[in-house]
Order: sequence, then structure tokens, then C-alpha cells
Amino acid sequence: MSVAGISSSAKPQASRLVAILVLAAIVALVAATPFLPNYHIRVVNSLLIYILLGIGLNIVIGYTGLLDLGFVAFYAVGAYTYALLASPQLDLHLPFLLIVGIAAVLGMITGILLGIPVLKLRGDYLAIVTLGFGEIIRIVINNVDWLTGGPKGIARLDKASILGVEIARPVEIYWLLLVTVFLVGLFVWRLERSILGKAWAAIREDQDAARGIGINTTNAKLAAFATSATIGAIAGTIFAASQRFVSPESFTLQESVLIVLMIVIGGIGNILGIVAGAAILILLPELLREFAEWRILFLGILMVVLIIVRPAGIVPRTFGPEKLIRGLFGK
Amino acid sequence: MLGTFIQQTVNALTIGSIYALIALGYTMVYGVLRMINFAHGEMFMLGAYAAFLVLTVFVGDIGAVGAFGLTLAFFGAVIAVGFFGVGIERLAYKPLRNSTRLAPMLSSLGVSLTLVTGVQILAGPQPVAFPSFFPTTRYDLMGGTVTSVQIGILVAAFVLMFALYTLVNRSRMGIIVRAVSESRPTAQLLGINVNLAISAVFFSGPLLGAAGGILYASYYGIMSPTMGAVIGLKAFTAAILGGIGSIPGAMLGAYILAFVEVGGTALLPLITNGVLGTEYRDVLSFAILILVLLVKPAGILGEPVSEESMVYKREF
Repeated sequence: MSVAGISSSAKPQASRLVAILVLAAIVALVAATPFLPNYHIRVVNSLLIYILLGIGLNIVIGYTGLLDLGFVAFYAVGAYTYALLASPQLDLHLPFLLIVGIAAVLGMITGILLGIPVLKLRGDYLAIVTLGFGEIIRIVINNVDWLTGGPKGIARLDKASILGVEIARPVEIYWLLLVTVFLVGLFVWRLERSILGKAWAAIREDQDAARGIGINTTNAKLAAFATSATIGAIAGTIFAASQRFVSPESFTLQESVLIVLMIVIGGIGNILGIVAGAAILILLPELLREFAEWRILFLGILMVVLIIVRPAGIVPRTFGPEKLIRGLFGK
Repeated sequence: MLGTFIQQTVNALTIGSIYALIALGYTMVYGVLRMINFAHGEMFMLGAYAAFLVLTVFVGDIGAVGAFGLTLAFFGAVIAVGFFGVGIERLAYKPLRNSTRLAPMLSSLGVSLTLVTGVQILAGPQPVAFPSFFPTTRYDLMGGTVTSVQIGILVAAFVLMFALYTLVNRSRMGIIVRAVSESRPTAQLLGINVNLAISAVFFSGPLLGAAGGILYASYYGIMSPTMGAVIGLKAFTAAILGGIGSIPGAMLGAYILAFVEVGGTALLPLITNGVLGTEYRDVLSFAILILVLLVKPAGILGEPVSEESMVYKREF
């Protein structure tokens, strides 16, 4: 009893300190980035895109407990939507925000269409079907030359602009990504704490029990899958707009596996964990440029070890954004 | 016309035999542990590399290897991969046996990534020419050409599958494995050594997968560190098609998939007037997978089981 008493009285201060440190670090990084050289801003941008992808995929893996190995398919849907609607390829030049909307709807439709046959059945088939679907999308993109340019991809995409403000330089893309990550992160975080999010948690912990208390598991899983696909597609449009070039090379199976890896290493089901995982995944190769192959080997081993030794990942589920906020305001 | 037909039939049988060898590993692991072993495709790849290693290191000059050397390489490699599979299960999956359903799958994904990159670092990422395990003679069969490699693959695969089938259905070990596959808790209550059964599955599955890898590599004359991914996916499709958990189902599913694939690849350009070419072969297999899930999710020979909990519906 006394031990518990001591720890509970010591905890708020410690967690407050951690919260302030973490938030200060994030704010400092966010504020310092625009003053970095362009190359470094690009690295931060790809970090933010991975965070966005991670937040999307985490809904399926972390919240609902299903495995999606074809997430890049939705990313590709978004990227190619932008590439086709804002480039000389079809001679269409729609505004950026409209394309984001179209891509989001397309991503959602693809997610639902793929989810319907699978999610009604066994959840563990999802991994293999999404894996197959990711490959299908890549093969199709590679071979429908007249539309997607095949392996050569589509180049000379339009510069994105929102309400007349052009967004093309790395710094501008950085602000766009930052705002998107913040909004999507906020939305997903609230979603997890909504009644739908609780249904997802119930499915993750025990599907039969979830059904027993009256949750329509198929619909809840479909909602998770569709939301995640939508976020993937939005990330794809921003990716295409920032690169102003798309090719099938960006949407390989390995990319999907890397996003899964990032979530598992960082912390399953926790947005802060995803930020940590993405940082490890993106910054590690930047630091260890000569050991490109060893990096994947190391990440693979790290994943197995972490799942066995520390299944919650580096930042566990219990240390979520609400912990930071609570720590900050002392409640 | 008859010649082409026979030719394609033999091609489909050859590919189907290789798919079957790999699909058996997926289905047996799913049977006892209810997990998708993503690292299984890598056993297929390791088989080819292990055989190549045995040939180059212990036998020496590949060109002048006799039948004895080849047999030694084949059995040495598959047994080594079998033990490797048992080791991986002990290290990466056993600690997770009472964890969530997601954990062992993620762990196997990590193992898969580690093995592919490991081989890439050790042997180089580029494809390597693989020596044929059979003398290459061509036979004429009613207008179609059949190579001795194809015959060798068919014979080897049939012998291995028959051996597995006999082991599972006739031996004491087979009874143990089937009991654990039916219900692990009940088997445990009856005093069956569950770990032994799981080890047996993780020995024979990778062993057959490795054999498939060697046969595949000697059929196409090439191997690469990433060869396991797509083939593994197709073998898993075959296992679902036949009914996951069912051993005859995996074999049946593999042959059906191979026939659809070979037939479809030959017919697709004809039917669609060349719009859809042979590059859509892989798309066809995955389309079959989704179709099966829509129409008959239990597979052809599978038991109708409810979702997740794997409770047999007839028990209610």
C-alpha cells in the first residue's frame, strides 16, 4: 500500500516533467525546421508524410487489431489521382483542394470495396488480401502505360496552390504537411476516444465478446479500414504534389512493410509512438548512410525482439497525447 | 493444338507441384497455431540458397556434380532448413503463443524481412544462376515437349507429398499433430506434448517449402533473395482456395491455381484481343483469392468455421 502511495504521489510530477520536455522538444523542432537548409526540410517533409501514413494505418493495426499489408495501394491511389488530374498527362489542371477531396473519396471507396469481401469473414485473411491488392495495384499501374505512363511514371505535375497561394517550395510543403498532420492527428485521436473507437478497441481485445455486446463488428471494421484508406490517399496527394513526379517505384510491398514496422517499433495504437517510429525509420538511414542494407536487417530484428520483449513498442499505448495534456495541466 | 494442350498441362502440373509443397507449410502452421507465417516464403528461398551453398562448398565444381552430390545437396539443404524453421519457431513465435493474434504475425513479418535482407547482404541482391538438379533432356509427348526437369519435379513433389500424407495419417506423430490441430487445449488436457507437435509442423513445413524452392530454382535456373514473396503469396492463395488447415485441400488448391494461372495466361491475350497480356498473371491469382473469399470462404475442402474464434459451426 505504502509503495503504491509513494509512486502515485511521485508520478504526476515526473509525468509533468516528461510532458513538458516532450512538448518543448516537439515545439522546438517544429519552429526550427523552416530555418534549416532545403535538404533537411525535405527530410522532415518525408518524416511528416510517414507520420501521416502511420496515423492512417494505425487505425487498422493499432486500434482495430487487423493487419493491413497493402497500405501503399491507397497511398498510390491518392498520388496517381493528383498526377492524373493536375498534369499534362490528361491535360487536366484541377485545383489542389478539389483533388484532395476527390482522392479522399476515391481512397474511401477503394477501401470499402476491398474491405467488404474480406472483413465479413476472417480478420486474419485481411493481411494476405491487402498484400495481394497492393501488388495488383502496382502491377496495373506498371502496365496501363497509356494512363499512368507505366514504369516511367508521370512527371511535370502542377504546383499545388491553395486559395491562390502557391505551395511548391520545401518550406511551403512543410507547413502544408504540418497542418495536415495536426488536423488528421487530432481527428483520429478524437475518433479513437469516440464510441466508434471504443468499438474498435472491443474488437481488438475480443471479437466474439464485442459481437456479444451488440457491436456490428463488420461495419466497425469497415469504418476503420475506410478511414485508414482515406488518410492514405490524402497522404498520397500531398506526396505527389511535393515530388511533382510519381512512379510505381514509390509504392512497393517493402514500403507497406516499412510503415507497419514503424508502427510496431514506435508503439502500436499510439500517435506519439508513430512519431517516434517514423523518426527512427527516417532519421536512421540519414545518419547511417553507408549501412543502407544493414538498416533493414536491424529494423527486422528490432521488430521481432520488441514484439517479444516490449510488445507495446518504444512509446507504449498508455503514454498517449492525453497523458501529455494531463501532465501539462497537472490533472 | 493437342500438343499445346499437353504442353500447358504439364507446365501447370509442374508449377502446381511447387505451389503445393509451399502451401502445405502454410496450411499446417495455420492448422496448429492459427497464424499466417509470413516468413514461410523465405524458407522457400533459403532452400534454394542452402542447396547452392552445399553444392559449392562441399561438393566443389558445380558442373561436374554427380547424382550422389545432387542428392546430398538436396537432402542436406531441406533438412537444414527444416531445423532452421524449428529454431525460428522457438525464438520468434513460441514466446508469443499466449499473446494477441496479431503479435506472431508481426513477428513473422520481422523474421521475413530479416531473412531477405540477411541473404541480400551475404549473397548479394542480384539473382544467381542455379544449376539444374536433373539432366536436361527433352521428350516428345504427342506433340508437346516435356523436359526431364519437369518429370523430376513431378516425381520429387509426389514422393514428398505422399510421404507427408502417410506421416500425418498413419504415424503416431501424425495423430499428435492432428489432435493439436483440432483443438490445442483439449490435446493438452489429454497429455499430448503440444510443443512436439508444433515443432514437427515447423520442421516439415519449411522442409517441404525448401524442397519447393530447390525444384523451382532448378526449373527456372535462377534464384534471388526476393523470390519467396510472390510465390509465398500464391501458395497461401492456394491454401485458402483448398481450405486452410486442410492438407489435401492445400494440394488441390495449388493444382487448381496453377491450372487457372497457366490457362488464363495463355487465354487472356486471346480473349481480350491483346489488351490484357501475360503480365496480368499475378493479378489473376489474387483475383481468384478475392473471388474465393466472396463465394466460398471456407475453401473447397475446408470446414465451415466461424470467424476468429475458429469454433466449428457444427458444434452448435
